[in-house]
Amino acid sequence: MKEKYLSTGNEACGEGAIRAGCRFYGGYPITPQNELIAYMSRRMDEENRIFIQSESELAAINMVLGASAAGARAMTTSSSPGISLKQEGISYLAGCELPAVIVNVMRGGPGLGNIAPAQGDYFQATKGGGHGDYRMLVLAPASVQEMFDFTYEAFALADRYRNPVMVLTDGMLGQMMEPLEFDKGIKPSGIVDKPWAMTGAKGRKAGSVKSLFLGEGVLERHNKKLQEKYQRMSDKEVKFEAYKTEGAEIILIAYGTVSRITRACVDTLAEEGVKAGLLRPVTLWPFPCAEISRLAKKGTKFLVVEMNAGQMVEDVRLAVQDDKRVSFYGRMGGEIPSEEEIVGEVRKIRKGK
Amino acid sequence: MTKKFTKPRSMKDAATHYCPGCGHGLIHRLICEVIDEMDARENAIAIAPVGCAVLAYDYWDFDTMEAPHGRTPAVATGVKRILPDRLVFTYQGDGDLAAIGTAEIIHAGNRGENISVVFVNNGVYGMTGGQMAPTTLLGQRTATSQFTRRADKEGFPLKILEMMAVLPGVTYLERTSVHSPGDVMNTKKAIKKAFHLQLEKKGFTMVEVISPCPTYWGLTPIEAMERIKKEVVKEYPLGVVKDGG
Repeated sequence: MKEKYLSTGNEACGEGAIRAGCRFYGGYPITPQNELIAYMSRRMDEENRIFIQSESELAAINMVLGASAAGARAMTTSSSPGISLKQEGISYLAGCELPAVIVNVMRGGPGLGNIAPAQGDYFQATKGGGHGDYRMLVLAPASVQEMFDFTYEAFALADRYRNPVMVLTDGMLGQMMEPLEFDKGIKPSGIVDKPWAMTGAKGRKAGSVKSLFLGEGVLERHNKKLQEKYQRMSDKEVKFEAYKTEGAEIILIAYGTVSRITRACVDTLAEEGVKAGLLRPVTLWPFPCAEISRLAKKGTKFLVVEMNAGQMVEDVRLAVQDDKRVSFYGRMGGEIPSEEEIVGEVRKIRKGK
Repeated sequence: MTKKFTKPRSMKDAATHYCPGCGHGLIHRLICEVIDEMDARENAIAIAPVGCAVLAYDYWDFDTMEAPHGRTPAVATGVKRILPDRLVFTYQGDGDLAAIGTAEIIHAGNRGENISVVFVNNGVYGMTGGQMAPTTLLGQRTATSQFTRRADKEGFPLKILEMMAVLPGVTYLERTSVHSPGDVMNTKKAIKKAFHLQLEKKGFTMVEVISPCPTYWGLTPIEAMERIKKEVVKEYPLGVVKDGG
């Protein structure tokens, strides 16, 4: 049996967290994620869980740090400028090895930017927006259904690796409505014991949750342990969707909102007799480098399309190792590339050969 | 022979990194004595600050975690809301609490978070080398007030307890000191009262402890204690500021 709804992406994300057993939510109003914090205000209370509208983004992420250290599944959500403020806490979560889910409903930047959908926070999300050597899993949904599914999954991943996980989405996916369905009475998955949690030292030695290591060589050992974990994440968690990539002469690479438009471009180009494909990274970190390298060996050309000035394209160039075959098309400031613009780019690239 | 004096059970057998004459070691111990007397060691969760007391988990034998600078009350909020029956307290210095963490302390108090705060006020940033804090006295020379703190340039000493007193969510506020044996005992009493009120779910409680920093006051340990008695308590009067328990 399925439960079926017509939902906004923001609310689907909130419900995904509820169904994943999120016990603590801390948030602060910011557009375009306001439907999400309002939804959590109602649903967390209905489920007898903790909802706090904090005094700032800094406080919200640090409440999540505390709730996570106490053993609870915890989440905070925001949009670009607010996510910048949360970087301090994200770095501490990574350093303390605490699980948490952070949702970024991206808007235009830099600075206050605007409130339209954008993808300008790719670098911040995938390259470590906070200080120090750390990584977090970054999931990029492309539909309301995936807003639910990926948020639900993010909690299990966070617990599995004791690491923050980001759901990176944008104002388009957050605010549009689509059908949503999930198993009736779906239960949290990937529940693990948390012997490291701060619960009071009853029947065990006193514990500590910290990221400070002052002894000679101790911090490097801690970092090496973290890097080994990131390697495991990198080996096991890469996810992508391939659409008509086999035998394609040109492969479009896009995630989230843009991947929906590029999919339509692939079909339009097929009608013109152009063999185009779409590779959609589902995890932005770890990035599907191996798949892109494999496709690149066939002499394929690539067009990366983003709602930014060219961020993911750097990772694609690293994977392809032949910059002449990698093109980029992007719109900034909350503008969304149209199907016509993207198809036009493909035509230009083909003429150039 | 009977044993009259011993290390509290809640205190690890470790030498602290604190300077000679520092108040932190003493205040750490008072907290441990209170926790032992309340039989709360297995129920306690402390949130350590960024500052001199950042290594508190090396000295306390109960669950202790760190927080980013000033976010200590936000972290404690997260812990306490998930584990409402535990004894959750923050231990914060005046840089952590009265400067970078001003928003967090005020809003934790205003929400009436059922946590306790031990606020150690020594009027300087100790860990980073004795810089001016919001609590630094007028006329006091520090690493970043080289011509002393002047009201027209650096503003006035910040009285956090008096600010917090107006918040309905705040239950109990007391300022104590550790410059004499009697004041040490008062400090212990105040901490115990705050912890008891928390376990009775009475709301937000906070004890400000005036503490010496001989190193960055440029004084001997004894002179530092005398300075508290002669100068510091004039700016920061001791006593109960609010008692709604």
